[in-house]
Amino acid sequence: MSTTTTEEAQTTGDGHDEGVHDIVHIRKTAMWVFLGSEAMFFAAMISSFLLYRTTTNGGPGSELFEIPFTSASSFVLLMSSLTMVLAHHSFGRQDMRQTRIWLVATALLGATFLAGQIFEFTVFFEEGLKPGTSPFGSAFYMLTGFHGIHVFVGVLLLTAMVILSSTGRLKPDSGLNVELVGLYWHFVDIVWIVIFTVVYLLQV
Amino acid sequence: MTVEAAPGPAMTRTGPKGVWAWVTTVDHKRIGLMYAVSALFFFLTGGLEALLIRLQLAQANGTILSADAYNQLFTMHGLTMVFLVVMPIAAGFTNYFLPIMIGARDVAFPRLNAFSFWLFLFSGIFLASSFFLGGAPDGAWTGYSPLATQVKEYIRMDFFALGAQMLGIASLAAAVNFITTVFTMRAPGMSLLRMPVFVWMALVVQFLLLFSLPLIGIGLFQLYFDRNLGTVFYAAAAGADPLLWQHLFWLFGHPEVYVLILPAMGIVSDILPTFSRKPLFGYSFVVFAGIAIGFMGFGVWSHHMFTAGMGPLAEVGFGLATMLIAIPTGIKVFNWIGTMWGGDVRFDTPMLFSVGFIAMFVIGGLSGVTHAMVPSDTQQHDSYYVVAHFHYVLFGGAIFGYVAGVYYWFGKWTGRMMNEKIGKWHFWIMLLGFNLTFAPMHFLGLNGMPRRTYRYGEGLGFDTWNLVSTIGAFVIAIAVLVFIYNLVWSYFKGDVAGNDPWDGRTLEWSTPSPTPLYNFDVVPEVHGLDDWWHRKYDEDDEGRLVLREDQPEPAVLLEDASHIHLPSDSFYPVLTAFGIVIIGYGLLYVPVGFWFAGLGALVTLWGFFGWSLEPVAKETH
Repeated sequence: MSTTTTEEAQTTGDGHDEGVHDIVHIRKTAMWVFLGSEAMFFAAMISSFLLYRTTTNGGPGSELFEIPFTSASSFVLLMSSLTMVLAHHSFGRQDMRQTRIWLVATALLGATFLAGQIFEFTVFFEEGLKPGTSPFGSAFYMLTGFHGIHVFVGVLLLTAMVILSSTGRLKPDSGLNVELVGLYWHFVDIVWIVIFTVVYLLQV
Repeated sequence: MTVEAAPGPAMTRTGPKGVWAWVTTVDHKRIGLMYAVSALFFFLTGGLEALLIRLQLAQANGTILSADAYNQLFTMHGLTMVFLVVMPIAAGFTNYFLPIMIGARDVAFPRLNAFSFWLFLFSGIFLASSFFLGGAPDGAWTGYSPLATQVKEYIRMDFFALGAQMLGIASLAAAVNFITTVFTMRAPGMSLLRMPVFVWMALVVQFLLLFSLPLIGIGLFQLYFDRNLGTVFYAAAAGADPLLWQHLFWLFGHPEVYVLILPAMGIVSDILPTFSRKPLFGYSFVVFAGIAIGFMGFGVWSHHMFTAGMGPLAEVGFGLATMLIAIPTGIKVFNWIGTMWGGDVRFDTPMLFSVGFIAMFVIGGLSGVTHAMVPSDTQQHDSYYVVAHFHYVLFGGAIFGYVAGVYYWFGKWTGRMMNEKIGKWHFWIMLLGFNLTFAPMHFLGLNGMPRRTYRYGEGLGFDTWNLVSTIGAFVIAIAVLVFIYNLVWSYFKGDVAGNDPWDGRTLEWSTPSPTPLYNFDVVPEVHGLDDWWHRKYDEDDEGRLVLREDQPEPAVLLEDASHIHLPSDSFYPVLTAFGIVIIGYGLLYVPVGFWFAGLGALVTLWGFFGWSLEPVAKETH
């Protein structure tokens, strides 16, 4: 599904021709539309998890969760939204050095979150929760795993932008740009707030 | 004023020549035509499957097919007709006409559009290739567990899980593309409520796809993981609830039926005014009814599950919602009749198929309302009555509508008109065959014949109507042969169409036939609904139509269109789609296939980065 994040210029107009369209506006519209679809993607997994929240099949359940640890990694991910905003702001002022710094910071925070998730999965595996243990395990690993893949894709896009900017090819109208990746990144963070609340904090 | 550009040796009127030019094209019109031709090809495949099914059921205790072969054939018939025929033919019309109808030169993301097409085509071939790789999916197109999760040594239902997933990605990319196109690329003056009804219905469809495909996407991932990676989403033994699949599937599956029918409704809503020489009766009612269907389509999915034991409250709720959704549908039917009422009606073939669409769709719609009543539905569930119902809406409805569209727009596609005489034969044979095939299924179902069984015993009272139905299926086959003959004949020998053969109302009729690569020499400025019509006609004091004195000049092919910038051809969309389908084949064979899937991932990445980094338009002309 990552291919839909590839923006493409539409070049059906120029000086000689009336129908000039604002490329940046077109791409932003497409990104919002795509994120609408992504919301349903996560909604389906969150619903599946809610259905199976207590279906542990005799295996471990939500008592495995270490709330302080996951709170810390959630904090890291939310801070990456702040650095993303700062990157966008610097980019708006065309301060490419600052932009690069904040992009690298965002990518590092995202990578830290991912490292935390891998660590967490390892611990849960050792304590006996595997995807095949129970519907609870299946739904948990699928939901958090697909979120992790989204963060990973975001880190890749951030890295690509850092490389592009160091060769001077990161422009406001290039297909891969700070504004679009920013939208995506904030969306992935917001989804994590929902996941953290529904999966970890709700312990009824 | 009939000067035409003399095409160079490597150019035709509509763009460069050659297979490679078509493979790398990003032109929405060529992509639309490729969708249409692929859909026709798959229609023949799905039709052959249907004929085999009908041969098996022609008599009691049929011996032509084994139970195993029958299961594969009816599953593939359903998957083929839904995903590889009706959706792509609708995509074909949308691709070709949506940009022209809103006065744009192309879609918002032309390469993404090409990617959607190639991924659709490769996924269709992927699904069809299952017949040669150990058997086709055999758990029905609905893929319920445990049927879909058992027998893991067969990869048949993996073909289903992966094939439908890839088709979903293709449609999702197209949905993002078309929604963005409609919201950002309309010509000056083309406000939303001046768009042709077809554009509106196509837009509603893209929203339905956008929000419903991710749901089935998750279901298909869960199915695939259960079959191959040991998860237990649908394993009742581990405490799982297989009903989860039914909800995810129908939350997609019900919006999907509107995905199939709404574009056909849009086509008919544009054909009826043209052949009645009257504006569409209650344009805004038709548009808002379509939007209402889109919204309500997400709230009726559980009427497919009345026998699953959801409890009376849910059943009553979904029953009521289902009755409610008949209201906007009914509004449309009355508006279509109101459009013809008092009009100057001509019964050319597109009109015949449109009127046929209305009649057949109403029959299917009424039998649909009987499913809204829970006790009645419980009786009909999984019987041939249901088969009769959805063929009336999807064949008598959708397919008739799309065939009407083919007859209507063939001249715009090829520059030549379809043969009217053969077309009328086609219509009447098709109408006869269709009703012979599917009307008896109502009786069979109400008499208790279950669907999806490969044979039935003697003396159950099913024999006569099954034989009639099989005869009808072969009459449909004759109608399809007549149709193909007409397509081929008309392509070579049809009358030259000219720009505006039907005296049309929408912008595509203001362009030359076939529409040149750049669509419009000058981007049109739109002043109202049916703008093209009002440039040709005025009304006198008594409201009668009169030709305007200042007729619009007919568009001609530009000799030099180099001032119009168009996106360059690209090889990367087809490469990216090819990489994804290699991943699909790899994931069939766990775990050795993971290497193959890795190879596919590399190809996909190559396509993706090449795509991102290549310049979009040629620097020189």
